[in-house]
Amino acid sequence: MITKEEVEHVGWLARIDISDDESYAYAQKLNSVLDYFGQLDEVDTEDVPPTYHVADIVNVFREDKVQDSMPQEEVLANTEHKHDGNFKAPRII
Amino acid sequence: MVYDNPDDVKIGLEVHVQLNKLKTKLFCGCSTDYHNSDPNSHVCPVCLGLPGSLPVINERAVEFAIKIGLALNCSIVEQTQFHRKNYYYPDLPKGFQTTQYDYPIAGNGKIVIEGEDGERVIRITRAHMEEDPGRLQHIGNIERSKGTLINYNRSGMALIEIVSEPDMRSPKEARRYLDKLRSILDYLDVFNGDLEGAMRVDANVSVFNGQRVEVKNISSFKGAERALLYEIMRQKNHIRRGGTITMETRHFDEARGVTLSMRTKEEEHDYRYFPEPDLVPLRVADRVPEVIKTLPELPDAKKERFMKEYNIADMHARALTIEIKVANFYEEVVSKVDPKVAAVWVADILKGELNYRDLTIDAFRVEDIVDVMELVIANSITEQSGVEIIRTVLDHGGKPQDIINKKGLLKVEDNIVAKAVEEAIAQNPEAVADYRAGKEKSLNFIVGKVMQKTKGRADAREARERLIEKLKE
Repeated sequence: MITKEEVEHVGWLARIDISDDESYAYAQKLNSVLDYFGQLDEVDTEDVPPTYHVADIVNVFREDKVQDSMPQEEVLANTEHKHDGNFKAPRII
Repeated sequence: MVYDNPDDVKIGLEVHVQLNKLKTKLFCGCSTDYHNSDPNSHVCPVCLGLPGSLPVINERAVEFAIKIGLALNCSIVEQTQFHRKNYYYPDLPKGFQTTQYDYPIAGNGKIVIEGEDGERVIRITRAHMEEDPGRLQHIGNIERSKGTLINYNRSGMALIEIVSEPDMRSPKEARRYLDKLRSILDYLDVFNGDLEGAMRVDANVSVFNGQRVEVKNISSFKGAERALLYEIMRQKNHIRRGGTITMETRHFDEARGVTLSMRTKEEEHDYRYFPEPDLVPLRVADRVPEVIKTLPELPDAKKERFMKEYNIADMHARALTIEIKVANFYEEVVSKVDPKVAAVWVADILKGELNYRDLTIDAFRVEDIVDVMELVIANSITEQSGVEIIRTVLDHGGKPQDIINKKGLLKVEDNIVAKAVEEAIAQNPEAVADYRAGKEKSLNFIVGKVMQKTKGRADAREARERLIEKLKE
């Protein structure tokens, strides 16, 4: 069971403001999702190794070769908050 | 003597090593050569975390990781994969860090350090691969900052996090561990430790079997020692006043030399680790034999060889092999000068002068130390003058011979010439007799002997005059 408090905590972790009504509604929705996935618990997985990836491939590598980076203007194109080539965020401790 | 660790101090270290000798980042082709570049000039959709971008792992980074694991006497895991460590902070553009969780690439290793009471084994819990976050910088000072600047050039750099067991019993042992780690990594040629942020340390420390406190934001080895000294003192004082130590994370304030409580609300389970679906698993075990072949002679092995091959003391062999550059320097020197004498000059004298000035061995030339040693061995200058020459080269530059001339260090040469004159007279009685009997040519023979004895450093005319003077007696 996911409680309203847990929703608020996860909201805080993601730095998202969630109102009282919303956290109540999200808790309900998340619980119904969990219930649905709960059906998987009925499957016997005793001797099945954990699946870390759905594709049955390993070792996809890249050569250590430099490729072009983006121009700085393009990097900063999607923000209004910039300063001397940096992204600018509110004060963070 | 056995160290009894009176306060039951236990220190474990987590060291982040940036694999800055790779050409590219861990999951994208952006160049790692971003130091001294404009902010956000070495980024791409992958290391900026733009939607739809996909990471592909750098093969060489995996080889480096295996190499490090092997050098730390770890076992290399059969198969590994990456996880997402979720936390929301602007240094992580994706909102999670791609890291390894339950299957680190290497684990169960150990290294040997010079402990409080002799050799001590420090166990390595694990070494895992992860990406470096971007760099945050406060506008103005941290207390009254108006905002934070974010530069993602560092974002996505390959890191190896090396985690030790709490096997160190004092800040000194922690420092020795860090020095040893740095030494091994230097030998492996996987990183340039002189670059900013190349090695970053978090420390876990407890006293009297209490709870452990994590100290973050330690940016240098000296800083680690200071942070630990402070933190141990703080915990002891707190307990003495009747308090108890609770598990927490503290921040080291380098300028003030104190640790401050960080009061984070996030805990391990808040990271909600889950397997990274954008990267397929890595099966690395079959690469190990190939990587073993690329392992160089490591510090401990080199130390043993130096002791055997050059017949030098344990202490000297150790001092000479901590830094690969010093070891190579010494081996060049011993190709020209007696190894035992060279050990004293390089390990004790030169290294001492370099440390005092915070310089590396790069600041001195092999041929210059060889010159100095040969002059001392030939008795042409005193040891004290030799040291003075080294100091002068380091402080003002120049070549030993010029410094000798300029500083008149050859004053000593007078004695040598005088001594050579006396010896030449004493050892060649026939020539002396011939000269006294009027055979002028015999004098040339004795002058030749003087020149031989002074290895040609004496002035021939001066030698001649001295001889004439002396033979009048």
